[in-house]
Amino acid sequence: MLNTGTLKVTTPSPREVVLTRVFDAPRHLVYEAMTRPELVKRWFGPHGWSLAVCEIDLRVGGTWRYVLEGPDGRSMGMGGEYREIVPGERTVHTESFDDYPGDSVVTTVLTEHDGRTTLTGTVLSESQEVRDAVIASGMEHGAAETYDRLAELLLSLG
Amino acid sequence: MELVGNRRTRHERLDATFAALADPTRRAILARLASGQATVTELAEPFAMTQPAISKHLKVLERAGLISRGRDAQRRPCRLEAKRLAEANDWLEGYRNFWEQSFERLDTVLDELKANDDIDTKGHH
Repeated sequence: MLNTGTLKVTTPSPREVVLTRVFDAPRHLVYEAMTRPELVKRWFGPHGWSLAVCEIDLRVGGTWRYVLEGPDGRSMGMGGEYREIVPGERTVHTESFDDYPGDSVVTTVLTEHDGRTTLTGTVLSESQEVRDAVIASGMEHGAAETYDRLAELLLSLG
Repeated sequence: MELVGNRRTRHERLDATFAALADPTRRAILARLASGQATVTELAEPFAMTQPAISKHLKVLERAGLISRGRDAQRRPCRLEAKRLAEANDWLEGYRNFWEQSFERLDTVLDELKANDDIDTKGHH
């Protein structure tokens, strides 16, 4: 069982990444915060980056587009199309980055228990380029090559 | 970042690394090797697996660059190649940072929405 605030990242297959995170809020609010542009703008992106463009046309066949702006005037654009929407519970959308080829399909599922919401995001990449796009976008990296990290990595994959 | 000019190689390496890490026995082998090198016989012991079965896993790990084998023809001890593992870990960490930092901000947004939601709910009753 995950504690609130703990992010779990696993790679069950080479093309998949699964994110799991518990939020101390009911499901309808998490859904709202993830689908209303004025709210998404307030949280999406790592430190030092802001979401300059956030367009969401939340219906099957509708598109979304985000542009993150970072330090040194760098920017990262991404977008896709909604394929499936169960309001408040589940969305499936495609995702691709402007600067990299390849598509991913992202399935987001929200489940509520005792007023808390578990978010499970599954990113299925069509290619390795999409995975690397995330690396290339200017995020922080740890570089230490120590055995200590082994335990951590193996745990995160287990 | 070595990404530019070396992208394909990096993709292929990460691909092989994650494929190798997808198997629980192979992860257990790596965890064992983290505490020091070992022979196939030594590795086979705790897993209740035959040596040929272990050897198959070792081949996958070796191809992925996660372990190397000694030259001694008889024993061929296996040792962990921490560098490849660190590369996979860096990738995951970059990804994790992105979402961890985003979700921390989302927590704040949700706290606000919750407060407003309570007011709304009370207002309706």
